[in-house]
Amino acid sequence: MSGFLAGLCVAVLPLLAAGFWLGRRTARPQTLGGLGTPVEHATFQTLHTASLAAPPLRAGLTEETARRSARRLRSLLGTDALCLTDGERVLAWDGVGAHHRAEIMERLAQPLETGRGEAFRLTCDAADCPVRWAVVAPLTVDDRVHGALVACAPRESAVLVRAAAEVARWVSVQLELADLDRSRTRLIEAEIKALRAQISPHFIFNSLAVIASFVRTDPERARELLLEFADFTRYSFRRHGDFTTLADELHAIEHYLALVRARFGDRLAVTLQIAPEVLPVALPFLCLQPLVENAVKHGLEGKSGTCHIQIRAQDAGAEALVVIEDDGAGMDPAVLRRILAGEVSPSGGIGLSNVDDRLRQVYGDDHGLVIETAPGAGMKITARLPKYQPGVHSAARLS
Amino acid sequence: MNSGYTVPAVALVVVATVLVGAFGLRISRTTSDFYVASRTVGPRLNAAAISGEYLSAASFLGIAGLVLVQGPDMLWYPVGYTAGYLVLLLFVAAPLRRSGAYTLPDFAEARLASPSVRRLAGAFVIGIGWLYLLPQLQGAGLTLAVLTGAPDALGGVIVAAVVVATVAAGGMRSITFVQAFQYWLKLTALLVPALFLVLAWQGDGAPRHAFDEPAAFREQRTVRVGDTLDLTLDRPLTVTVSGTVDGHAHDGRTVRLDAGTHHVGHGTRLTFAEGDPVPATGRRGDGALTTSPSAGSGERPLYATYGLILATFLGTMGLPHVVVRFYTSPHGVAARRTTVAVLGLVGGFYLLPPLYGALGRLYAPELTLTEDADAAVLLLPDRMIGGLGGDLLGALVAGGAFAAFLSTASGLTMAVAGVLTQDVLPSRGVRHFRLGTVLAMAAPLAASILVGGLPVADAVGLAFAVSASSFCPLLVLGIWWRRLTPPGAAAGMLLGGGSAFAAVAATMAGYPGAGPLRTLLAWPALWSVPLGFLTMVAVSLATPGRVPAGTAAVLARFHLPEQLRAEVKA
Repeated sequence: MSGFLAGLCVAVLPLLAAGFWLGRRTARPQTLGGLGTPVEHATFQTLHTASLAAPPLRAGLTEETARRSARRLRSLLGTDALCLTDGERVLAWDGVGAHHRAEIMERLAQPLETGRGEAFRLTCDAADCPVRWAVVAPLTVDDRVHGALVACAPRESAVLVRAAAEVARWVSVQLELADLDRSRTRLIEAEIKALRAQISPHFIFNSLAVIASFVRTDPERARELLLEFADFTRYSFRRHGDFTTLADELHAIEHYLALVRARFGDRLAVTLQIAPEVLPVALPFLCLQPLVENAVKHGLEGKSGTCHIQIRAQDAGAEALVVIEDDGAGMDPAVLRRILAGEVSPSGGIGLSNVDDRLRQVYGDDHGLVIETAPGAGMKITARLPKYQPGVHSAARLS
Repeated sequence: MNSGYTVPAVALVVVATVLVGAFGLRISRTTSDFYVASRTVGPRLNAAAISGEYLSAASFLGIAGLVLVQGPDMLWYPVGYTAGYLVLLLFVAAPLRRSGAYTLPDFAEARLASPSVRRLAGAFVIGIGWLYLLPQLQGAGLTLAVLTGAPDALGGVIVAAVVVATVAAGGMRSITFVQAFQYWLKLTALLVPALFLVLAWQGDGAPRHAFDEPAAFREQRTVRVGDTLDLTLDRPLTVTVSGTVDGHAHDGRTVRLDAGTHHVGHGTRLTFAEGDPVPATGRRGDGALTTSPSAGSGERPLYATYGLILATFLGTMGLPHVVVRFYTSPHGVAARRTTVAVLGLVGGFYLLPPLYGALGRLYAPELTLTEDADAAVLLLPDRMIGGLGGDLLGALVAGGAFAAFLSTASGLTMAVAGVLTQDVLPSRGVRHFRLGTVLAMAAPLAASILVGGLPVADAVGLAFAVSASSFCPLLVLGIWWRRLTPPGAAAGMLLGGGSAFAAVAATMAGYPGAGPLRTLLAWPALWSVPLGFLTMVAVSLATPGRVPAGTAAVLARFHLPEQLRAEVKA
């Protein structure tokens, strides 16, 4: 019997899982029933279809997104056929009469040029072809025509013309949002580039001054420090790829700390605890070094004794947990909150808010920095880095 | 068997595992150690970790049990388990590492950019993980029951509790060291007793008839038959019976059994005299009890052997707990080197279990009559050496067996819990990872308490078959074929892996009782793997428009060495 039970378990579990999954995927609010009057129901249906068509278009107008949204848009308009085009070709055709593709592209030249919608009659040899009329509504982003929405119907209809124009306007808004998304990404990229270029000039002056002070007294030490300086700047000025590995970032931190130590000597004690499993994790370039720089700054600020800094990287399942802790002056959480919100800029350094922004941008909002601090109580910064994230690949080869 | 040494040995293994897991990190206090502390894991250490995680109860106990019961045919198991890494090395290791994927669902998403395929892959990871965990827990139960007489389920519960506690508490912080430690522990636990056993065998005059003739009892031996079974005798045999044979109750009487098949009742004790041949057995074919694909007359058709070979050769690459360890390699070349080292380590280990199986055939042949053939490895030291030495060696083997359960179970639990947390449970976070861990272990634990007597190596073989039919096509085609599409991948995994899964479920439920259909279902790989590949190819070719946009770039990343890539970009 036990064998039978086991088999039953094995057979039933995936079924349950599949059912749960299907249920979650297909659960639509309209199945709840009790939606009130037919008008309310129709309104809701329309809005729901529109909301389903929106997500693909948020990624811009491509063959893939057009194909995924065309079906929804056609059910929104209730026509026999609907197609989405860009400036040159048909991106997606949903419904009957796909043999009209070439003809429609020919007739589209003028509306695409002027940006004005129109309706025209299609010539067709097939007697039973239901597609006789085409209604063209251009898709515009920032007053530039990007493509057109073409709805096909058996006969001319003024309602369809107006409806198509409205749907096209709605699609245009989605495309504009996609455009905004792209500019936001570009902005972040620019920010990363700016961050890279701006790697604190103070640090460069200070390092060079320290090295200079060693040139006469300890030329060998000066030479070593110069090499550290060269290694660090080479890392921070490198141009390929936005991502690095935890191992490379740690090496950069090592060079950085060697230079800082030359300046502060024994006042700085660093403890390192790294799980080797997480060293290959890819992460945004230069996103831990600023945190260490911050810890050094706060640790030494207004304090005469030794500053202890602890850097830990732990393996936590599908994530790596990086913790940077100092026992320095700490900070008022309210001030910190304002710094992170970008309301005030911290004195010197690239600051935490930039790192926080970039982590959120790359990994999503629930992966921002977690900072625990209070005045006089030091500061503990935790970053959670997923081991895998689509689009995040380190360009560097590990040593 | 004296359990006075076993319990401390098992406890020691558990404690050592937890301690290495919690404190095995390299800590540096000066900057000069900085470089040491941030050095990546070398291929040899990582290979030991992979081997440690891979060598499960099936390897430690199961293979010896199968060789004992069914003879040298079963050597295909260790061969297959090892050769799987050869296929992995040739086709998958380096590109998989370069893909940057941590888990198999990650790989699916990286290659196909499709959340649905990712979720499907996640479902299969959970299925395979549970299927693989089940025999680990059962093996633990068996080990403890044989060694200390504890209830069957207790060992499984202990392993489950230890694994859930350490994984959920974040205790496996230095998992590479833990797993590498477990590998060497397991190797020692088999190698040292094996040396003594071979010496004892030599001292015994080195009898060589292990496989030449039917196994025979070397001394008077009493066997308690756990489940109803059929004995097939070639010639008449005289045994002492307490219990029922052929429907007649006997009470300690000497009975002469004629040549032919005899039906022995549940709980019967049979006492065989020295020199008697060990009768061939068949479990009663009332369906439900026939949980083992290998039960039956002992004769496996050639088809089953091919099915086994295909499943193990191609299934290794899809094991969720093995794949995640490759992430630790710093780059593709290191991943390849690691795999080569794994081949050496695993291959070396697998020389030992067949030795135990062969010796078991000589010295503990009665195990073929009971359901405890998997316990051969554990019983041999006591049987062959005896005394304090036998007890100590037995305790060492028991400790090694528990290392096998713990390492594989913790790796699988982490893999399954990771998928549950990322793709199934609503939100992420540490608390949900804990919940995922408990869920990941609860299902197979419940199943292992419900199911009895599924031979450990067979159950693992089924997990391999599902993996070979679902993830092998995904990985091989995903890495080497640019026209793979998300619908194709999904359909291939569903049809190939799904049908293998259905066959597994049918087999475990004991349907159908016998015949060619049963063989087909018990060894599904031979038809389900081609089915998976063909479906994936056919559906991909039918949906040419769905090839993901970045395919060329993704494949370039999979195949270009990292250094070259950096130069191209620079």
